[in-house]
Amino acid sequence: MLRYLIKKLYIYILTFFFAVTIDWLIPRFMPGDPILVLVSRFSGLPESAKVMYGYLIKAFGLDLPLWKQYLNFWIALFKGDLGISIYMYPKPVLDVIAQAIPYTLVVLLPSILLSWIVGNYIGAVAARHRSLDSRMLPIFYIITSIPYMWLGILLAWALGVVLGIFPIAGAYSFSMRPNWSWQFVVDFLRHWILPFLSLFIVQIGGWAIGMRNLIIYELEANYSRYLEALGASEGLIRRYAFKNAILPQITGLALQLGTIVAGSIATEVVFSYPGMGYMLLQGILNQDYFLVQGVFLFIIIGVLLANFLVDILYMIVDPRIRLGLGGENV
Amino acid sequence: MRRLLSLLLVLMLIMGALAGCGQKSQETSDKSNQQNANTQQVAQETTYQRNETVYFGGGLWGPPSNWNPLTPWNAVTGTVGLIYETLFNYDPLKNEFIPWLAEKGEWTSDNTYQITLRDGLTWQDGKPLTSEDVKFTFEIAKQYSEIYYSPMWQWLQSIETPDNKTVIFKFSTVNYHEWAYNLYQIPIIPKHIWADKSKDDILNGANEKAIGSGPYLFDTYSNDRMVYKRNDNWWGIKAMNMTPAPKRIVYLMVQSNNVALGMLMKGELDLSNFFLPGIPTLKTNYGVTTFYDNPPYMIPDNTVFMFINTTKSPLNNVELRRAMAYAINPKVIAEKVYENQVEPANPLGFVPAKAWEEYYDKNVVDQYGYTYDPEKAKSILDAAGFKLGSDGVRTSPDGKKFKLEISVPYGWTDWMEAAKIVADQLKAVGIDAEAKFPDYSKYYEDLTKGTFDLSFNNFGSQVTSTPWTLYNWLFNKVQENGPQNNGNFGRFDVPGLQDLIAKFNQTKLGSPEAKQAAAQLEEIFLKNMPAIPLWYNGLWFQASNAAWENWPTEHDPYAYPVTWGGRWQTGGTMMLMKIKPKASQ
Repeated sequence: MLRYLIKKLYIYILTFFFAVTIDWLIPRFMPGDPILVLVSRFSGLPESAKVMYGYLIKAFGLDLPLWKQYLNFWIALFKGDLGISIYMYPKPVLDVIAQAIPYTLVVLLPSILLSWIVGNYIGAVAARHRSLDSRMLPIFYIITSIPYMWLGILLAWALGVVLGIFPIAGAYSFSMRPNWSWQFVVDFLRHWILPFLSLFIVQIGGWAIGMRNLIIYELEANYSRYLEALGASEGLIRRYAFKNAILPQITGLALQLGTIVAGSIATEVVFSYPGMGYMLLQGILNQDYFLVQGVFLFIIIGVLLANFLVDILYMIVDPRIRLGLGGENV
Repeated sequence: MRRLLSLLLVLMLIMGALAGCGQKSQETSDKSNQQNANTQQVAQETTYQRNETVYFGGGLWGPPSNWNPLTPWNAVTGTVGLIYETLFNYDPLKNEFIPWLAEKGEWTSDNTYQITLRDGLTWQDGKPLTSEDVKFTFEIAKQYSEIYYSPMWQWLQSIETPDNKTVIFKFSTVNYHEWAYNLYQIPIIPKHIWADKSKDDILNGANEKAIGSGPYLFDTYSNDRMVYKRNDNWWGIKAMNMTPAPKRIVYLMVQSNNVALGMLMKGELDLSNFFLPGIPTLKTNYGVTTFYDNPPYMIPDNTVFMFINTTKSPLNNVELRRAMAYAINPKVIAEKVYENQVEPANPLGFVPAKAWEEYYDKNVVDQYGYTYDPEKAKSILDAAGFKLGSDGVRTSPDGKKFKLEISVPYGWTDWMEAAKIVADQLKAVGIDAEAKFPDYSKYYEDLTKGTFDLSFNNFGSQVTSTPWTLYNWLFNKVQENGPQNNGNFGRFDVPGLQDLIAKFNQTKLGSPEAKQAAAQLEEIFLKNMPAIPLWYNGLWFQASNAAWENWPTEHDPYAYPVTWGGRWQTGGTMMLMKIKPKASQ
């Protein structure tokens, strides 16, 4: 078992190295010049723009040959330095991420986890009852194919503008500053509910369909039929089916949690929610090499960690893997 | 196994609960602690009163990250104008220099300019603002050539401060126009704070908690807002008898115009400098104020030009460029794309502002100008040898086929529609053209590095105290190596052009010599058409009357209602002194 983990670890380190290299390369393949974009915000005299262009190219180290930039990138990375954001110049990338990530986590984590739990539950229930299933399935399909953007606008329009129950923009009232008071928490939650709902609702559909299909597949499998023939109780069969069906769902959940750093652009833009998604989008549009690199670095780490956790989880959840690891029958 | 799984689920539930309402649990304990403290005071500090707070939007396009007055182009909107101040403010509506930090400024000889500062100027930390600070502000750019106004030291010779209130500038070459522009552009910084900063801090520092001399203090910020608080000890309250009305300015970063529109309709946004469609509906149904009662509703602020790459064949052919000017009808763009919220530009692309109109030479325009006339365009092309093929497409005089690309940034939907219209109008006279929408960074690289055919831009055409800024931008010196930063993207040049711009710069504002130099530049522009003026982008301004009123309009044009970065000192700051909270509140 330990050997298996060490082997996996090697693979993860190698993957990390290549993924980070690609992460460094890809922004630099984009056409355009980030410093030009930065200087284009300047609307003063053209002579001055020239002065600044020359200075900024040097300040960001973009005048060096590529191999040297690459080397400097790794050196800085080991020092924990992700560089300075070009889009939010002169803010360090780590600060940019640190400021935006709480908003992303607060909206995405609950929506992903709750939709996973609720979706799987509904899916599993639907799989058991044919009549319910035939009515629920079309609903699931409709829900899952709704674009986040559209549902978001619809919710904002209905609950925000027409009924006026919830605010339509920001993470908390523009008339407030963060403080530990009930008033603020309630305000924060009121701003939080619409972005959360729009993500939660859409994601339920996908999980429910997945779970329903997996359970039905498992219930039709030979081992279920065999159990049935032996006269096992329906509950027992279902329990076995559920255990087998949950495995792919866990993988899916882990991968979604791994990429959480990227945020959800559509939801954030619709509700003007100050999370990571908008920042990443602007980073890409502004060719902010350092910000894009930094965000994707966390995504890479997130995905690898999630995979690693899944590997371990599988060993716990699935006895076939756990027992197979001894080397008898892999 | 089953237990493990349920354990896992419970764990996840807890995680979700923590993330969702984690604050809540912490809240309870914190709250009990706080109850002992004066809760009322806390509440006052944490919630802004509606009748003391204005909510503005349209000038903040990224999370606040920079308040450095030496990089004002990148600083949060309001850094210059609210926190830091300039010697003069400028009102484009009346073409007036408004004495601000300076009480007066005058030319005492051909090459000396003397500024007298006001009495009782103070920094926000209480220290006096003196002539030493002004001198320091300019000289820091001599020391660090990386500061944006350092090129000024090529013509500025020395600065003397005979006393605390007087600053005397001596020039080796007097650039009257550029100097006048700088008087209301360069923010004065406190010597006692900046003199001790390291070079890196001066050039690269974010300068959080900025301390200037202005009517508003740096209060707080988060990723989607910047909050300013009134400086109740501002020198201007006494010296100019002006008090800023709102206690707080909350400047919002709104990620899309839809959100801005919704907030304006709900009365949550007091002033919007966004481009919003459907102004007539907003006015009649939601009581939104615009500067003009009738179309175009907005004040023309800058001109969108279509730059032509004069280094590329066949665009290096003057006749082709002139024919294009005749072929394009910006009126269609104003109607179809902007619902008449903008007006077509005049042949020179001069924004119809008071300061510029006096330089508009009607004779030159009558003689060399153009109007929309597709037949004329066709005859120019025929005469120049651009033969019309059987497919309705013209070839260049040497018989080659060509196709022109009009590039505008992807996502700038109004420009994208306009580019399509221009392409159709060029096709109508036989010039094969197509609108292209690269990403902004690619668009800007093509533009500055000279690899485009035709491209829209307006970054240097905004109204200023002199059209010299327009010509300095349109005809900026062609760079041998490297990008053409912000100006003359088509790389147009004729012998003597740079001397003429310098000559214009060195004439007194409004003098006959100045007008003559401008007329010569206008003639060169019209004869060569290195860029075609299309329409005036407006100063987008929609104000809600839900909580604040007395906004500037054509009936009471007391200020230019702009809150874009670097523009507050041309009106936004003055507007704050005159708006009023709604009485019924």
